[in-house]
Amino acid sequence: MSVSLHPEPFDPWARLAAHQAQLPAGSFGATAVFVGTMRDFNEGDDVRGMTLEHYPGMTEKHLEGIVAEARSRWPLDDCLIAHRVGPIEPGDPIVLTAVWSAHRKAAFEACRYLMEELKHRAPFWKRETLKDGQVRWVEKNTEG
Amino acid sequence: MSITVRYFASLRERVGRAEDQLDADGNDTAGGIWARAVPEQAMPDRVLIAINQEYADADHPVRDGDEVAFFPPVTGG
Repeated sequence: MSVSLHPEPFDPWARLAAHQAQLPAGSFGATAVFVGTMRDFNEGDDVRGMTLEHYPGMTEKHLEGIVAEARSRWPLDDCLIAHRVGPIEPGDPIVLTAVWSAHRKAAFEACRYLMEELKHRAPFWKRETLKDGQVRWVEKNTEG
Repeated sequence: MSITVRYFASLRERVGRAEDQLDADGNDTAGGIWARAVPEQAMPDRVLIAINQEYADADHPVRDGDEVAFFPPVTGG
């Protein structure tokens, strides 16, 4: 199990490949992956950049808790969550969730669960800078 | 010992500071802590509260040494 926060840009595909390479070959049959990437538009406005604030300690603790819950609900071989913090630009990856399991059903369902629970419970806050320089806090999640 | 009160994101800007230290009064709740720390502002309706980094309701007791955090709805991912 791996939970990590990244103050600098990270490559989700390299992170995924490195993590999977550590798992025993042949032990899993399904890998489900979600990668969230920053858009250059939100609520009808052009967005130039964003800062992701978090609550050091609580954020990691809750991500680890969400992983533990997923592992108690589905038969999983492993889980991975990586999340950016700090200043982010459009096109940058924000979040990676990945799940390894014997079969696809558990992998798909658990991967979705990690993302939805993260969005609802993990203490992160987005502050956007629009193209015209205006700054605003994102008030709510977009519909899944 | 004392109670550490922390504010995050838009709430930190609204309160105008990131942190307060309060003396425990022995009979505190999270909502009561807000009322003592930020008497000039009502606690926002949609506020989230954490005590020692676990989510809690406004009527949850707060003890000496606790860290109480107030923040807006979360928007990660």
